[in-house]
Amino acid sequence: MEQYQGKTIFNKIAIGKVFFYQKRETQVKRQHIENAETEIVRFDAAKKTALAQLDQIYEKALQEVGADNAAVFAVHKMMMEDEDYLDSVYNMIRGELINAEYAVAATGDNFAKMFAQMDDAYMQARAADVRDISERLIAVLSGSGTIAGTLAGSRTGSAAGTENVAGTGIVTEIDADTDIGNRTGTGTDMLASDEPVILMADDLAPSETVQMDKSRILAFVTRRGSSNSHTAILARSMNIPAVIGIDIREEWAGKTAIVDGYTGTVIIDPDAATLEQMSAKMLDDERRQQLLKELRGKETITRSGKKIHLYANIGSVSDVAQVLENDGEGIGLFRSEFLYLESDTFPTEEEQFKAYKMVAQNMAGKKVIVRTLDIGADKQADYFHLEKEDNPAMGYRAIRICLDQQEIFRTQLRALLRASAFGNISIMFPMIISVQEVLESKRILEEVKTELREQNIPYKDVEVGIMIETPAAVWISEELAKEVDFFSIGTNDLTQYTLAIDRQNPKLDSIYDPHHPAVLRSIRMVIENGHRGGAWVGICGELGADTSLTETFVEMGIDELSVSPSFILPVREAVRKLS
Amino acid sequence: MKTFDYTITDELGIHARPAGELVKEAKKYSSAIFINANGRKVNAAKLMMIMGLGVKKGTVVTIEADGEDEDAAIAGLRTFFSENL
Repeated sequence: MEQYQGKTIFNKIAIGKVFFYQKRETQVKRQHIENAETEIVRFDAAKKTALAQLDQIYEKALQEVGADNAAVFAVHKMMMEDEDYLDSVYNMIRGELINAEYAVAATGDNFAKMFAQMDDAYMQARAADVRDISERLIAVLSGSGTIAGTLAGSRTGSAAGTENVAGTGIVTEIDADTDIGNRTGTGTDMLASDEPVILMADDLAPSETVQMDKSRILAFVTRRGSSNSHTAILARSMNIPAVIGIDIREEWAGKTAIVDGYTGTVIIDPDAATLEQMSAKMLDDERRQQLLKELRGKETITRSGKKIHLYANIGSVSDVAQVLENDGEGIGLFRSEFLYLESDTFPTEEEQFKAYKMVAQNMAGKKVIVRTLDIGADKQADYFHLEKEDNPAMGYRAIRICLDQQEIFRTQLRALLRASAFGNISIMFPMIISVQEVLESKRILEEVKTELREQNIPYKDVEVGIMIETPAAVWISEELAKEVDFFSIGTNDLTQYTLAIDRQNPKLDSIYDPHHPAVLRSIRMVIENGHRGGAWVGICGELGADTSLTETFVEMGIDELSVSPSFILPVREAVRKLS
Repeated sequence: MKTFDYTITDELGIHARPAGELVKEAKKYSSAIFINANGRKVNAAKLMMIMGLGVKKGTVVTIEADGEDEDAAIAGLRTFFSENL
């Protein structure tokens, strides 16, 4: 048994036989041609074919991995039509009377080198995209069968050693006297057996990855590549475990291997104990995936037809991926604090607008409830200059700061309203204890709307709700309900305030009981009062994900549950079992 | 000639997809459009050149438009940058 450590791309486990993916090698030779214009006609025809291929790949990717991930192939098309790229190819063909394959290879290498030399990991990874499009063009050119007629045949042995390609000004020197690397075809027909395999390769291009028959690939393992590469992104969205940075060896071909995408480990020839242990881990994982498959796209509905909106809690823009992966029906709590906590100064309206807009767009019309600033207590940012308090949980925090320092609040509301034009955003105020606070917050919101209208900045009407997390809000919930569209019960703070137990104090953990009858009766009261006053009611605290209480909540009449992404499917399963 | 400055706020800087969108936007106008960043100036209709600038988050770029529709170009690009980058 041998074990190797690489970098994981996608968390999933695969066990199977190793298959070595050998790129079909096409040596690109520098050949002298007689007629540059004929060669250019040949190149233009190849480019047209290659662009059509990219259209097809784009369509396949669109269906399999979604628009966001398919966009790489639209970028590939634009790269292939880039003026400098084309000028470089044309200039080499015309200026040096060389074959199109060689001109493309040299141009591709130059541009790839430019990206590879940049000091930014993301841009370095773009070198693979340039190579991918160049290899595609070369494959079309060499497969077109019209080469013979236009080529003089022999390789020139005495070309100018190094030179700059005209026109671009950014290319580095090339050695025009030697063959350029091993060019690849776009082979997708390399899997001889029907048995699915763990595919190992030196590197994979995005188009190769997406063109492979997914049903025959258990995992990807590559020597090169980066977690920023489009290939990595595609592997993730194809749900295929992938590990990069493994020093793969050809003698592994045909051997049994385990790819553990959770740890980035690849095990060759595992012993019996390891095999058994990893098989169990894989089965657990598959059960979860199965749950996902069974419940994905299904409604969260009881057997008698009561529908629950099952949303997700998120704390940053990147969490949206997990929400979509677990089939969340919306976002019930987007904690906006990250914008403030990750920053050294107050985040600008523009920065906030972009974050909200991105989430709204990625959720594509599904509900996104953004909670306004809930800083203070345990969440501090230096630039707020909050004074140290003896009792911060009951102190200067959340809506209390917003109503006191209204400029901070207005900036956030402006950003939220502007983003509302791009999706289905709702706004929720935290830590409410009085009707007065709600009226004041709504008044400020209306002022911001007027301001936007006067500036002709578009926004949509948003639902307005409040967090119910103080006993005060519970007791006046009927009055509060008349002022808002919805309630979201924050059970963590509600438990803390109802039981008078500081949840930061570990000594009190044993008596911190969110199932306490006082908490559950509060929840019932809020639901009933909410409905009486015309507001829908949800739970966004941790209790919402507690499946031992799902039945109780549904019986109480809850409308929405918002939980961490990984709890979405277990809760959906629990709801669907209810009568 | 008209210009404006913009500070990039996108986490990845001007990465592949918005660079592609920028080229499309720039090609809508007849004016010559350039982007200045990191001491270099490139044509905004050229994808690889824009990507080659390696513009990161926090970089101030200067967009210039020169031609008949330069006002429209500047307005359009200003909106494009604030919404995408």
